[in-house]
Amino acid sequence: MPEIMPETMTSMERVLTTLSHKEPDRVPLFLLLTMHGAAELGCSIEEYFSKAEHVVEGQLLMLKKYRHDCLFPFFYAPLEVEAFGGEVLYFEDGPPNSGIPIIVTPSDIDGLVAPVVDDTPCLFKVLQAIRMLKQEVADAVPIIGVVMSPFSLPVMQMGFPAYIELMYDSPELFAELMRVNSEFCTTWANAQLKAGATAICYFDPISSPTMTARDMYLDTGKMIANEVISQINGPVATHLASGNCLSIIDDVAETGSAVISASSMEDLALVKEACQGKISILGNLNGIEMRRWTAQQAEERVRQAIQDAASGGGFILSDNHGEIPCQVQEETLLSIAAAVRKWGRYPLAG
Amino acid sequence: MERIISDKGVEAFTANLLALDRLAVDRTMEQARNQAGSLQVVDRLVVPALEKIGRGWEEGTVALAQVYMAGRMCEELVDRFLPPSSSERTSQPKMAIALLDDYHSLGKIIVYSALRASGYELEDYGRLTVPELVQRVCADSVRFILISTLMLRSALQVKEVRQGLEECGSKAKIIVGGAPFRFDSVLWQEVGADGMGGDAAEAVRLVKGYMEVRHA
Repeated sequence: MPEIMPETMTSMERVLTTLSHKEPDRVPLFLLLTMHGAAELGCSIEEYFSKAEHVVEGQLLMLKKYRHDCLFPFFYAPLEVEAFGGEVLYFEDGPPNSGIPIIVTPSDIDGLVAPVVDDTPCLFKVLQAIRMLKQEVADAVPIIGVVMSPFSLPVMQMGFPAYIELMYDSPELFAELMRVNSEFCTTWANAQLKAGATAICYFDPISSPTMTARDMYLDTGKMIANEVISQINGPVATHLASGNCLSIIDDVAETGSAVISASSMEDLALVKEACQGKISILGNLNGIEMRRWTAQQAEERVRQAIQDAASGGGFILSDNHGEIPCQVQEETLLSIAAAVRKWGRYPLAG
Repeated sequence: MERIISDKGVEAFTANLLALDRLAVDRTMEQARNQAGSLQVVDRLVVPALEKIGRGWEEGTVALAQVYMAGRMCEELVDRFLPPSSSERTSQPKMAIALLDDYHSLGKIIVYSALRASGYELEDYGRLTVPELVQRVCADSVRFILISTLMLRSALQVKEVRQGLEECGSKAKIIVGGAPFRFDSVLWQEVGADGMGGDAAEAVRLVKGYMEVRHA
């Protein structure tokens, strides 16, 4: 059994070292927790996300409890849709969803205008949370800002079926929608960086080969990512939200993204081989299964992921979806955090 | 003329579906109907093609957008020569599909299209809460209810559907599908479902299997 040595780096140093494909003191752990903050504060999910102060308090409490390596002031997936005028539906036991689509007819795309970040309360709230977190941790802990990619946002703006048909059947309207979304995405990412975010997580599940054929991705999602990521004034991680990454790793690396997420459905060792030295990996613990893991299972999953992907750095251990379900128990999260300290110390055991 | 109802024919039809070549798909279907009866075309051309596409998605060689578009194309084509009122449609007990307290409709539409393109008739209940779904299934005497979810919270609610159905004396089989069930292979058993379709083709196979048992 490996001896647990004291840690010698701050979370920021640990993450920056691994992103430069070198081995830090131990494998960095990102517990991408959102709704668990509400439980920490003893309030509903809706109430929790109503104030920046709640999210700040929740994130800091969870940082202390789990001793992981990032702050994640991501509120909820439909935030951008809300900024565009859409509705957000709250639940007691799950993440907020987007409601009725804001794009119903082609003319809705023609009239679509990107929201102004400073004039939009839901966005302002996130910026406030980032600023407050930055004041608390300065440069010791990375603060991860989040944007929904212009290519993936339409799933919430218009519904997935209608969006697929738009992609295939209406290239001009698709291009117009991408233009508006790209303008907004770039501004929104840079506003978060200016507020104190260390890096931007570019959520782009539709670019995953699970969702879109690679040929189409090369003509759409990748082109859009090339343009947007080149205009974001900080490091970017591309997150495919449980989608597979293997066949587009080189493509994502070419967009300028420093990190790519891996799915729990993928062989992490193969992903590592394909990413080696080019792009770092974020993943790939199964967040859905995590709900029923025992402490032993949690440890085994962590050990296996580290064995598959942590050698030489370039790896951040995380869940594979970018948001851990609120049904995952605190004990399991603590087991994961303990297992990283046990098995993730560099040089790796065995 | 080359036989369309053959392995090679299915291969070509599948390739045309994935390329979204509507004209070629249309042409193949017409040729197939000149060579075989409508139900044979469905059973030996459409269903195998959709199964191949489903397998492709499982294996990571086909994207969900292609699965969706192929299913819709097949559904439209089959509807054209085998309308819902056709006496040739598969005779079956009542079946319905629903989205359980979830706003992500893509999976439901894909499965609905695949079943209809495979010759089955089913009612689309849209999005319902647990009590609404239980009430509809009992009132309509549905024998097979397919439940689609994307959110974990919705998947966990299937347990309440099972309980509600038992309370109202329904013996409906519950077939579930969607991301939570794909990512946790024992979840469908935990929530009391009778079966889980990892993709649309698997859902069709499950339904077909139940139908065959009923008719045995």
